[in-house]
Amino acid sequence: MSNLTYTAIFYLFAAITVFSAVYVVFSRRVIYSAFALLFTFFGVAALYVFLSADFIAVTQVVVYVGGILVLLLFGVMFTHSIMTTDLKSDVLHIIPGTLLLLAMIGTMLYTFYTTHGWMPSTTMLQGSVVERIGFETMSRFVLPFEMSSILLLAALIGAAFLARFDKPGNNE
Amino acid sequence: MEHLAPIGLNHYLTISAILLGLGLFAVMTRKNAIVILMGVELILNAANINFLAFSKYNGGMEGVMFSLFVIVLAAAEAAIALAVVINIYKLFKSVDVSSIDTMKE
Repeated sequence: MSNLTYTAIFYLFAAITVFSAVYVVFSRRVIYSAFALLFTFFGVAALYVFLSADFIAVTQVVVYVGGILVLLLFGVMFTHSIMTTDLKSDVLHIIPGTLLLLAMIGTMLYTFYTTHGWMPSTTMLQGSVVERIGFETMSRFVLPFEMSSILLLAALIGAAFLARFDKPGNNE
Repeated sequence: MEHLAPIGLNHYLTISAILLGLGLFAVMTRKNAIVILMGVELILNAANINFLAFSKYNGGMEGVMFSLFVIVLAAAEAAIALAVVINIYKLFKSVDVSSIDTMKE
């Protein structure tokens, strides 16, 4: 792939990510925000491919799009009746929020662009990282890996306990 | 497009800063709890882009592993938060976070 094509595809996915994120934030309808979030997640997954983290990109698509986005849509549909037209969400603190948005982006970009000490290594990640992820998971990161399994089990039980429909009466 | 700089670390950091700012904006200005959750997901994605960008340009595997665990935590967080939001809806008949003013039924 030529360098020009690479750059063009990168800017295409960056534009998809940023503009759909802007739509998520500024859209007044919750359901439109949820569907715009789909494009943001796909754009971010494409950026992960550019960063030669293909396994993370696939995980992003499976977990975020297949799991979290479906959960969010369920949440929207549980907590609003679709037939009514009050699917809009109000905003508050619009002036401080805008100030925070501009100050945050401005400060971070200033810091990023004026820091010349990033010192990128000469040995960048190349190609696929799937095999290396497997080795790292089973060697250096085996404790966080097992901890996350316990955490997921606890989250599963906790979410099922919190969201069940018929609560027994208060017997304490 | 010949005048553009080759894609480097700063491009990814810029995208991540924009996503972080937008996520903070959503968390700060929205009243709907689900849109606030979406803002949190945007912030987590921004952090992930940073991890992976620094990992690529550093050549190590730490950022890749950390972003994998961030995705796991995001999934757990979304499940618990949606359960809490559904409970709040059953109690208050709305998910407007500015109208929730009591902690017991």
